[in-house]
Amino acid sequence: MSRQALARQGMWRRQPMIQDPKLRWGLALGALVYLLLALSTIDVNWARVAEGASRGLNFLTAFAQPDFVSRRGDIIDGILESLTMTLTSTVIGVALAIPVGLGGARNIAPWPIYYLCRSIITVSRTFQEIIIAILFVVMFGFGPLAGMITLAFATIGFMAKLLAEDIEDLDWRQVEAIRATGASWWQTMNHAIQPQVMPRLIGLSMYRLDINFRESAVIGIVGAGGIGATLNTSISRYEYDTSAAILLIIIAIVLLCEYSSSHVRRWTQ
Amino acid sequence: MPVSTTTQGTPIWRLRTTRAQWLQYLGWLTGACLFLLCWKVISDNTMWVFVEDAGRQGSDLISRMLPPEWSYAQRLWKPMWDTLNIATLGTLLGIAMAFPVAFLAARNTTPHPLVRSAALVIIVASRSINSLIWAMLLVTILGPGVLAGIIAIALRSIGFVGKLLYEAIEEIHPTPVEAISATGAGRLQVMNYGVLPQVMPAFAGISVYRWDINIRESTVLGLVGAGGIGLQLNAAINSLAWNQVSVIFVMIFATVLVSEWISARVRHAII
Repeated sequence: MSRQALARQGMWRRQPMIQDPKLRWGLALGALVYLLLALSTIDVNWARVAEGASRGLNFLTAFAQPDFVSRRGDIIDGILESLTMTLTSTVIGVALAIPVGLGGARNIAPWPIYYLCRSIITVSRTFQEIIIAILFVVMFGFGPLAGMITLAFATIGFMAKLLAEDIEDLDWRQVEAIRATGASWWQTMNHAIQPQVMPRLIGLSMYRLDINFRESAVIGIVGAGGIGATLNTSISRYEYDTSAAILLIIIAIVLLCEYSSSHVRRWTQ
Repeated sequence: MPVSTTTQGTPIWRLRTTRAQWLQYLGWLTGACLFLLCWKVISDNTMWVFVEDAGRQGSDLISRMLPPEWSYAQRLWKPMWDTLNIATLGTLLGIAMAFPVAFLAARNTTPHPLVRSAALVIIVASRSINSLIWAMLLVTILGPGVLAGIIAIALRSIGFVGKLLYEAIEEIHPTPVEAISATGAGRLQVMNYGVLPQVMPAFAGISVYRWDINIRESTVLGLVGAGGIGLQLNAAINSLAWNQVSVIFVMIFATVLVSEWISARVRHAII
């Protein structure tokens, strides 16, 4: 009986998300097979888990009484270093992302430049910050400079991609209007394109500031400066109360960043 | 737009008032000073001797990476499969946990404002902490292995999926919800027939998007011992086998490109 006829008799069922029953059951079966295969390859050392359970409990209780004091010096140094890395890398990254973003927009860039900029964006977005950090630590030595360059490089990919997409979507009539006045390329950029993308660019920069801070907390693991090294040490020494303190500080700073960036965004739009 | 008049009586149009102009100038000045200050801190903590030969180190690194030792790729299929499993199972676990949290966090479906703030705290905590940090913690608790990676990815995904999903829930049309509740439906029935169908496409899109990000993140979880191709990467870097590192980079690059393509296609089909 058709769905309509059934519904008329009061036996209504909702529409399935995938109309074709063969495809629907095929997908479900495939998912099931994959799940079984995937789950069967996980081998868990339950003895080790049982041993670690008490540590897990320690960690949870550490959040109730975080220890900000005993490693105060290390924590303050690490956080300050993370913050400086965050700020400089965001400024440099955004400054470099603007030309790459302009070059990556199909409607204003010629083919060779478009491909060049798009490949920069792809490479920068594919590799996690931490992989890039490993390479830059090898090149520039340990310390915050390597971390700053890493974050700036990651910022280029992120900002340039979103900026390029934004430029591709902009209102082309304004560009035509400015061009019709005989404006040069720079003048077109400055008066037709920049005003249209500026609010979003500012919002994205604030967002990236926030991301860069979060990332600066991990690239320290491979020696690229910031709070990550302190955090890593505290975790591997099982000083969970210090780790909890660091994590709480990170959460607080991210919250603060998010709160202020939502204000800035409201103010620019 | 402020206008000032010259002594001749001709108006001059300006973009900003004098006050706004000064404030803007001051803002830029403060920003520039802050930037220079931060730069100085970084510069003080840097060994410039090492930076000077960065070019040489870089070219040395590249010469060691090339040509890649392609035969090494044979040993990478199992770690790659683990990486995919970490990302996929982690995403599944993450969205399973994020789903109820999002409903508790959305203003229009939450049972109580207090519950809402608790859910928001979960979302923020999960979002602020990188999956690598979760992995480090879980490796000390659960021991090294794929399981720690899966849970790390899941914990990180809760915040991302939860935030985007609760925003989607807050933006639904109230009319279907009203219509369903007008039939005398219970709370859960309203959710099921009024809210859920409206957010389902967004939910599927967000999940696939997060899966794509998780593939990228799971490639590095092995660096802290949480399984996947990162373990091989760590081993290769520690033994300075840079020609193996480049093979791993190529594998990661290809996987991420494919997953991004799949995710874009699926999202395109859903939305």
